[in-house]
Amino acid sequence: MTEIVTTPVERVENVVIRFAGDSGDGMQLAGDRFTSETAELGNDLSTLPDFPAEIRAPAGTLPGVSAFQLHFGDHEVLTPGDHADVLVAMNPAALKSNLHQLRRGATIIVNADDFTARNLRKVGYAENPLDDGSLSSYDVHALPLTSLTVKAVEDSDIGRKDAERAKNMFALGMLSWLYSRPTQSTIDYLERAFAKRPELAAANVAALRAGWNFGETTESFVVRYEVRPAEMPDGLYRTIRGNTALSYGLIAAAKLSGLQLFLGSYPITPASDVLHELARHKQFGVITFQAEDEIAGVGAALGAAFGGSLGITTTSGPGVDLKAETVGLAVALELPLVVCDVQRAGPSTGMPTKTEQTDLLLAMFGRHGEAPVPIIAAQSPADCFHAAIEAVRIATTYRTPVYLLSDAYLANGSEPWLIPSVDDLPDLSVEFATPSADGTAFQPYSRDPDTLARPWAIPGTAGLEHRIGGIEKANGSGDISYDPANHDTMVRLRQAKIDGIAASIPPLEVDDPTGDADLLVLGWGSTYGPIAAAVRAARMSGRKVARAHLRHLNPLPSNTGDVLHSYQQVLVPELNLGQLALLLRGKFLVDIASYSQLRGLPFRSADLLEAIEGMITT
Amino acid sequence: MTEPVLLPMPRHGLDLVPLADAPATKKEFTSDQEVRWCPGCGDYAILAAIQSFMPTLGIRRENMVVVSGIGCAARLPYYLDTYGMHSIHGRAPAIATGIAITRPDLSVWVVGGDGDLLSIGGNHLLHALRRNVNLKILLFNNRIYGLTKGQYSPTSEVGKQTKSTPMGSVDRPLNPVSIALGAEATFVARTIDSDRKHLTAVLQAAAEHRGTAFVEIFQNCDIYNDGAFDVLKDAESREQSVVWLEAGEPVRFGAEASKGVRVSSRGSLEVVDVADVGADSLLVHDPQADGPELAFALSRLGNVDGGVTPLGIFRSIDRPAYDDGARDQVAQARSAKGNGDLQALLNSGDTWRIGG
Repeated sequence: MTEIVTTPVERVENVVIRFAGDSGDGMQLAGDRFTSETAELGNDLSTLPDFPAEIRAPAGTLPGVSAFQLHFGDHEVLTPGDHADVLVAMNPAALKSNLHQLRRGATIIVNADDFTARNLRKVGYAENPLDDGSLSSYDVHALPLTSLTVKAVEDSDIGRKDAERAKNMFALGMLSWLYSRPTQSTIDYLERAFAKRPELAAANVAALRAGWNFGETTESFVVRYEVRPAEMPDGLYRTIRGNTALSYGLIAAAKLSGLQLFLGSYPITPASDVLHELARHKQFGVITFQAEDEIAGVGAALGAAFGGSLGITTTSGPGVDLKAETVGLAVALELPLVVCDVQRAGPSTGMPTKTEQTDLLLAMFGRHGEAPVPIIAAQSPADCFHAAIEAVRIATTYRTPVYLLSDAYLANGSEPWLIPSVDDLPDLSVEFATPSADGTAFQPYSRDPDTLARPWAIPGTAGLEHRIGGIEKANGSGDISYDPANHDTMVRLRQAKIDGIAASIPPLEVDDPTGDADLLVLGWGSTYGPIAAAVRAARMSGRKVARAHLRHLNPLPSNTGDVLHSYQQVLVPELNLGQLALLLRGKFLVDIASYSQLRGLPFRSADLLEAIEGMITT
Repeated sequence: MTEPVLLPMPRHGLDLVPLADAPATKKEFTSDQEVRWCPGCGDYAILAAIQSFMPTLGIRRENMVVVSGIGCAARLPYYLDTYGMHSIHGRAPAIATGIAITRPDLSVWVVGGDGDLLSIGGNHLLHALRRNVNLKILLFNNRIYGLTKGQYSPTSEVGKQTKSTPMGSVDRPLNPVSIALGAEATFVARTIDSDRKHLTAVLQAAAEHRGTAFVEIFQNCDIYNDGAFDVLKDAESREQSVVWLEAGEPVRFGAEASKGVRVSSRGSLEVVDVADVGADSLLVHDPQADGPELAFALSRLGNVDGGVTPLGIFRSIDRPAYDDGARDQVAQARSAKGNGDLQALLNSGDTWRIGG
């Protein structure tokens, strides 16, 4: 009889785990499942899938490595973690390309079966790192994960290849044991996912259990860990990725506005998942149109908006370049349109799966003529839901195209989400124009005195027949006009309408606990988590730091200038070369310190902390 | 799960478009805007034909939308008192696609020139045609860029001398009808600005067609390409240069219909003297033929520059329209899953509760 070893349990506050393997090794799935188990346990968490654009680069090579990082803790978790405490590396390539992501002393679990001479040579290891002492500052567990898995599923009615493929579930089972995660939801998931091939479901469940039992019955690990549930507000939770949250936000906005959701889109990384998600929900009246190109995607969305639908297009930077002319037309037509830009590293193709905040000035100025467009940025994966609703509110209220900025990190990253009650969401109902009772001629470019929005007069409405176009229109009548004074008026009216949106958005809130900080750290978009974590760390070491975060980039909240002027120093960290900093300096004549990183990854909080401390000591 | 309700697919171009209570007049379809084409432009004749023809469709003007791109032809929506959008260069088919998918109660028309629809907008035209969206696309082909003042266009003949090609153009033109048939468009026709009766009949057939109807209209630009179609119009040449396509009729032309078209032993079409081969051997035109091969071969007989130019309806077949299919999927999803419960969607996936 096997003697059950009772491994001591150590309580830790937070842990960063990184799963890494070949693109075909199922690391994203293992990471996703570990995330779900962790969420179920009540930890706060943040994830960062980190994968190549290549679908399946040659097996065992560095470009083919796909990784998934998860940070979880018993308190508010703001980032996916600067450095991992645990690395699961399924082959030498995964070890080599992820070693620099680990803290010294981290636990490394490698699949020893894959450390063959051939695989080592493939990635340029002259010696086996498992034997040559180069990993002596880590806690290395070299385990034959493939053969253990194959042995665990030998009773299953599946082939060798499928058996080997279940090794991700073996690794997950082991990690689940090591961190005391509940596995029932993963078993349920596997049974659902492989419902059509029950033998595969059984094998994967067997591999998962074998991994758990391996941890429990061997003495490989001298200690298990426990991370207590985090304090979180009461309610129903789920984990959600940014692209899913964005899709749900658009569906919700359509429902709240009473409009049909029409998505015109062309596949592009990392935005395609929004197209995929929306295409699954036709029962909400959603129509998704996969267009022949980016231009047709936005064109069809604008056509749908003319017809009275909620016109949406989704894309990333290269697509924004192409859509620019149509967005300019939407500015001239003054019709609602939401352009979702899931930003990625540029220029040109750049790094399609890597994150960046480099499209702010493109969204702001990337059109000919004076063509102002409101800009909203989401700050976390779950926040994409609310940002999408806000983008639709502005588009429909002010009859304007709106840029909604997300990015590759938000798109694929996930976090726990306190699911809102639909009853608490804002009313976005819109009114289409109707003919005047007194029979006066319809003026398509008359304006609402509060919002300066023009009437949304949709085809099919008798008496409101009218023609609109990209040619300058006479104020009021909308007739073609080349009159100099009229053009000056129209340019200023279009600008005033966008500027006026500031009246409908909340003031910029500053988090300044002591109220006497000299330094303000101001961010926008997906840097919310890393900035908040860095500021928290700075405060813990006794620094006085104020922090604020912008959701609306155009127009800015009306108190933005006052906030900036009330601090001696302002630091703006961005994943670009200082685009918001440029805007703020130009608009408010404030001396902004810009902090930039362009590594295709979210900020490391430690780097931000260093930048903050540098500001304070000098 | 309940069985999805399969609605019968509409068959007529105007199915689902509400009918007018009373007959409409040309005046009601004419806007108050001053027409700003050059005097003598072929566009005037086309506009007049459209303004007269549209009221005969029996639908309300508020249910008609005309979308155009950029160019001389693209000004047309301003002159019709319907809903209209003068959009951006080349993109009208894409914009109109969004309207047609979301608004089955509208009759949606696209107007553009040869530069607009075949050059900058070629891709959108191609995909509208292959998808078979319920759009009526009118391509005014004057074989020149007019609004930008006289550069050669993608339909200009080889050797065209213009300001941008002072030594003559060196590239070969597109044949719009061949392009449309190559994309397997379900309705393809060609007509000419000077023949009001034929133009109106073709527009009528296009309006009735479910799916994308593509109509090339030869249109004279009297400023930059005057007389481009004279060979098809002049009394002394037209009998030899035009073949009028009639469904179910042998393809014949020339003085006293003495010439005809037949399938040669090599599989292509050839022009023959009817007296030599006998009328029975001639090709009988069938616009409803399933494949586009013979229609394509007809489009290659000539296009003004040489050979004989066919005018009429090359192809008119019954195929499901894209927009009907897209809406039907929404109906099927609703029939199977109900009308979408937002709270249930948000609550989907693995959830957990904190607190009470």
